Amino acid sequence: MKQKTTSKTTYHIPVGPIHPALKEPVFFEFELDGEKIVDVDVKLGHVHRAVEWASRKRNPIQILYLAERICGICSYCHPAAFGLAIEDAAGIEAPERAEYLRVIQGELERICSHLLWAGVAAHEIGFDTVLYLTWQVREKALDLTEYLTGNRVTKGIFMIGGIRRDITKDMIPRIQKDLKYFKDIFGKLKKVFLDDKTVKLRSQGAGILTYDNALKLCAVGPTTRASGVKKDVRVDTSYFAYGDLDIDYITPDVLTGEVNGDVYDRIIQRLLEVKQSIDLIEQCIDKMPSGDIVAEPKLAKLLSQLKKVEGEGIGVHEAPRGEVYHYIKMDGNEAPFTWKVRAPTYNNILPWIPMLLGEQIADIPIVAASTDPCMSCTNRVGIVKDGNKYELSKEELHKLSVEKTRRLMK
Amino acid sequence: MKFSMLPSVFAQMFKKPWTNKFPAKYAPANTTKFLADVGTGKAKLIPPVETPPGFRGKIKYDKEKCIGCNLCIKVCPCGAIEAKEKEKKIKIYLARCCFCSQCNDICPKDCLTMSDEFLLADADPYSKDLIVE
Repeated sequence: MKQKTTSKTTYHIPVGPIHPALKEPVFFEFELDGEKIVDVDVKLGHVHRAVEWASRKRNPIQILYLAERICGICSYCHPAAFGLAIEDAAGIEAPERAEYLRVIQGELERICSHLLWAGVAAHEIGFDTVLYLTWQVREKALDLTEYLTGNRVTKGIFMIGGIRRDITKDMIPRIQKDLKYFKDIFGKLKKVFLDDKTVKLRSQGAGILTYDNALKLCAVGPTTRASGVKKDVRVDTSYFAYGDLDIDYITPDVLTGEVNGDVYDRIIQRLLEVKQSIDLIEQCIDKMPSGDIVAEPKLAKLLSQLKKVEGEGIGVHEAPRGEVYHYIKMDGNEAPFTWKVRAPTYNNILPWIPMLLGEQIADIPIVAASTDPCMSCTNRVGIVKDGNKYELSKEELHKLSVEKTRRLMK
Repeated sequence: MKFSMLPSVFAQMFKKPWTNKFPAKYAPANTTKFLADVGTGKAKLIPPVETPPGFRGKIKYDKEKCIGCNLCIKVCPCGAIEAKEKEKKIKIYLARCCFCSQCNDICPKDCLTMSDEFLLADADPYSKDLIVE
């Protein structure tokens, strides 16, 4: 946003990149008329960590753990999408049991992430009691994750062509006990979030994203589904074992009969998805066949197989925040030729602009938080020259390209 | 319901706090002295919360079994393992380790295992406790 839009009646407020209300660095520029937001601009690129560059000297097995560190909450989604991409390129197929185990891990992560979000959303509107209530439930989900994978956050569970840890018969009672706990507490959480006056006052009619805008701006995940767009990678492409499971699109009208696309709908959406995830884990436990959990148990053999791969692969996975997309190109070397990551928050940033327009300053935290943004996942490109940050427009890029041609011609 | 949180409040009043007061009920004024006291039996340590089965803690290395194939170096995502060329053994810097246990999986002789030891904080990344060899 240019400074010149400031007229006598409006004023300009920058928020960020480091600000107490923001969990991660992002830079907002607001144009305000009194309390009302009339114009918004968002600037990214403050947490660029060169993850893709670091992959250039690592082999695919090492990149699995690098991908895990793209995001602290989606520490299963990124290796999963990367694994799918490399399996696509190398033509490896995971055994059937592994596919079911992958679904269980993915859905457990969704439960953790959505509960975390629910707590943060309650905190943003100043309802800290609910933050402690939801995070108490999340603690159980994390304990279950720790029991199944060995660690609470960086799970290290995904392997190319399968999964690293099996769920044995003696582990199932513990899983079922925890799932029952989630189901019992779900009614309480639903009551707190959907019937409480405070939550309703702050979330109903706030930050509306219309169906058209959600489609036009390519929003993904719960953000777009809360606006009524039926978009879910789990249903659209039946990867993992989702094809065998009973799963359908969830939109807020399942519960309320209407879609408003406001913050309240996004709360309903995520709560319903937690319920869907519990249901999916139960289905997986019932239907899971016995068999191997990895296609190639000998890792040295797998490495030499991956070294020979030439070609491209795409991995798409429905992360808690939406569709995560990994592209990989192998050229017969140990390290990939290129690896491109598109995290779901990247798509959910532009929808902030129609959501925030016309809202008040006090609504900024809850509206921004309602898309569950994850900034460090998103940052891929940063151009720094002489210590200043530059953005390149199409014309400037073209100019640079022409200059390079001239340089080469000399 | 207007006072629906009251039952929770009353239940909470009679519950023990969830926090495990590790290593002592009150923070010791001098941690080193406290640990020395624990060593001589003067003070008592409140044990930490138990780790789950399959927890990935400090790596244990069985030097005798190692054949120096260096496969673990190949899969280590953070370059925490160094080869000792002459002896045909390895050296692991735990300060760089990300505890993924990938080296355990690839080891053909099973000489690497994960223990449940997790108290690895140290001021010096090259201290003796953080180097496994």
